Amino acid sequence: MNFLTDDPIDSTAVARRVLRNSDGACVIFEGIVRDHHEGKAVESIFYDAYRPMAEKEIARIVEGVKKELPDVAVAVVHRLGPLRVGDASIVIACSSPHRGESFAACRAMIDRIKQTVPIWKKERGPGGEEWVGWQK
Amino acid sequence: MRVRLLFFAVLRDITGKSEAEVSLADGTSAGDVWQSLRRNHAALASYEKPPMIAINESYATPDTALREGDELVFIPPVAGG
Repeated sequence: MNFLTDDPIDSTAVARRVLRNSDGACVIFEGIVRDHHEGKAVESIFYDAYRPMAEKEIARIVEGVKKELPDVAVAVVHRLGPLRVGDASIVIACSSPHRGESFAACRAMIDRIKQTVPIWKKERGPGGEEWVGWQK
Repeated sequence: MRVRLLFFAVLRDITGKSEAEVSLADGTSAGDVWQSLRRNHAALASYEKPPMIAINESYATPDTALREGDELVFIPPVAGG
């Protein structure tokens, strides 16, 4: 299991890991650091994780999606540490003989990862910094 | 029994540490540990209910009784992706 990295993600390399000769579609999702959140300017983000559990949780999600969509090959890499606006925080690549399954798999992967994987982000902007989701 | 606590993200900022080992009475639940954290950190006072809980890297409920050597982590709202 190695779904987490501290380095920039090469989305082409992630896609190459899933492509088979029988595939006619490859859907790549990239989550990108944007310059605003809920009306506030964002300059950078720091991603933190409970790494061993995050690895396990992502593996569990990948297995679940593969079970539901058995024709799909899935690869995912999530970046941790300091990221700047425009950087990819996550890359998910799904390939399958036909496009429908790959779109569905990619969507399911990102939606589930956002729900249960123990990864957190601290946004920094001109107004200070805060952990996203934590109500003070 | 001894239990290892790990703190991440906002909880590491609030507690000022990334881990702690605590001695607990037998029968102590994960939720009990949360209440004790709340008593010690004013920033958590309004969080009567614990965030998500992980014991030994798997999600668990607040009423789960802890055992010797467990690794307990309170998981504040996740924001991956």
